[in-house]
Amino acid sequence: MQSFKMAIRSIASNKLRSFLTMLGIIIGVASVIILVSLVTGYMNSMINSFNDMGVDQIDVTVTNTPSRSLEPEDMYAFYEEHRDEFRAMTPSVSMSAKIKSGDSTLNYTNIGGYSEDYLSMKGYKLAAGRNISYADLAGSRNTALLGYYPAWYMFGSPKAAVNQKIKLNGSIFTVVGVVERQDQEMLTEGGADDFLWMPYTSAAKLNQQRKIDSYIMAVRDTDKAAECTTLIEDYLQDIFKSSDLFFVYANSSMLKELNNMIKQMSLMLGGIAGISLLVAGIGVMNIMLVSVTERTREIGIRKALGAKQRAILTQFIIEAAVTSTIGGLIGIGVGAVFTAAISSFVGFKATPTFGAVLISFSVSVGVGLLFGYMPAKRAAKLNPIDALRSE
Amino acid sequence: MNETFTGKDNTDSVLETGKTVGLDTAMEAPLIRLIDIHKTYKMGDEEVHANDGITLDIARGEFVAIVGKSGSGKSTLMNIIGALDVPTSGSYILNGIDTGRMSDDKLAEVRNKMIGFVFQQYNLLPKLSVLENVELPLMYQGVKEKERRERALEQLQKVGLGDKANNLPKQLSGGQQQRVSIARALVGRPSLILADEPTGALDSKTSKEVLGFIRQLNAEGNTVIMITHDPSIAMNAKRIVNIIDGKVTFDGSTEEYAEL
Repeated sequence: MQSFKMAIRSIASNKLRSFLTMLGIIIGVASVIILVSLVTGYMNSMINSFNDMGVDQIDVTVTNTPSRSLEPEDMYAFYEEHRDEFRAMTPSVSMSAKIKSGDSTLNYTNIGGYSEDYLSMKGYKLAAGRNISYADLAGSRNTALLGYYPAWYMFGSPKAAVNQKIKLNGSIFTVVGVVERQDQEMLTEGGADDFLWMPYTSAAKLNQQRKIDSYIMAVRDTDKAAECTTLIEDYLQDIFKSSDLFFVYANSSMLKELNNMIKQMSLMLGGIAGISLLVAGIGVMNIMLVSVTERTREIGIRKALGAKQRAILTQFIIEAAVTSTIGGLIGIGVGAVFTAAISSFVGFKATPTFGAVLISFSVSVGVGLLFGYMPAKRAAKLNPIDALRSE
Repeated sequence: MNETFTGKDNTDSVLETGKTVGLDTAMEAPLIRLIDIHKTYKMGDEEVHANDGITLDIARGEFVAIVGKSGSGKSTLMNIIGALDVPTSGSYILNGIDTGRMSDDKLAEVRNKMIGFVFQQYNLLPKLSVLENVELPLMYQGVKEKERRERALEQLQKVGLGDKANNLPKQLSGGQQQRVSIARALVGRPSLILADEPTGALDSKTSKEVLGFIRQLNAEGNTVIMITHDPSIAMNAKRIVNIIDGKVTFDGSTEEYAEL
């Protein structure tokens, strides 16, 4: 306790110098926190938008040949056999078309043919009307489930869109339902809400496509996506006998890459900022050395009065530690404020991560102790006679 | 005789041994026993014999002045008596303990518990209050804060500075600062007061006051050793030891010294 009081008094007695010493640590800690938090915040926003695309999805694409081909029934059979691994599946037929209704035309709507399970697979809810039904699929009926944007754009509201007729490349479709709005912030052409789903059978017919060559599978556990991918590949290998004829891609593998990237970026930027902490540590050492030289006489008096080496060592180390701790705490404050300020105008949410705060703070205190030790040791070893003689 | 006193095993528990031996042998053994003390410094190729075979006994309750010109070796002797330094050869037995081969920390403990220093330059810590300065030896003894405070204040009142306890040293006059340093020397109840040119920085009037103070301390039973270059100051002591070229050239009562 006494030593802490002494340290704080000594720091307070030379405010400008103490502040300049701390400034290095403040900047070091703050920059570690700001950089790591911003990188993490940015990457998290990327992951979020990625999650909307479906991290639990595995895309399967095959090239059907006359002798070797995969029918939806085969894929469903495989799926039924592996219900423990897979949560849902749907054949997928993509197409491009303009949507017309009266005077309004939509050019960039994301159009696809899926099964009735696609809605639950995406986890979306209906805003109006009904989902595509098995009957629609079986009969290849021209029914369509709209995203919020086309419904709003062409008919004003989801309710108003239900049972309306629309034209896709000349074929007339009936809107059976509208999906809830997904993106609460933006409602634009080509956005998350600008889509149209129809039965995959209808889409294949419209495309004049004889065979289905693409499927989407949803896994139960994202962590097991790699095993599930292998499972599908093994199954397809049996059918096609050549890995050139199919392609299986788990979205989560990209997520893994993203996560790795975040870690690396955080480490790299944190490391660069960490160098400033090291420089700050050298600043602490420098000031402590000056302080020891300046206070040689004080040390001599203390030793003459009976201070042991450890008492002097402790006094100076505590002083270094208190300096760097105060600097570290201020640095955390500055880092948090700047992180909040920056994140408010860059458009993604960044909060100081616990890890960045903990690491930068402990590194700053550690650096203070480490670099405070050498001067403290020098002070402790001073010969009291020489120390008393100094002016 | 040498061997009986160089108890090299005693170094482990300075205080305990010190006290028992001190009590048991208080009557017969001197407080300080210097036996053939040599201290040599190397200055380049030359060896300087700062102390060249000094043998001296000082009993409890004595007031001894060690007199010598600058370069005579009196400061070296003071450093050895003050346990700030160790002799190159010979034994220094304080309170029955040989300090000759002690480590840095053991010497610190000896200084802390047995010796009260009064320096020429007062050597008060400028950023600590007067009271905190007096508390320092007790702090290094590990005395609890409350008791420390009480004892330091009591000691300050004894030197007539109880009302200045919370002042900074620089707010006091030279004479007052020296009295603070005397209070600091006394607060740990040492066996020995070691005053190094205690009046060196004071005008003659204040010098008289401080010397009167030191004489009074001796009258109260404290053993005092005073180092000075000034024979007239030395006359305040009861016994005078004169040092020239690292050797004792005179050791006798003040009266005998005056007759020289």
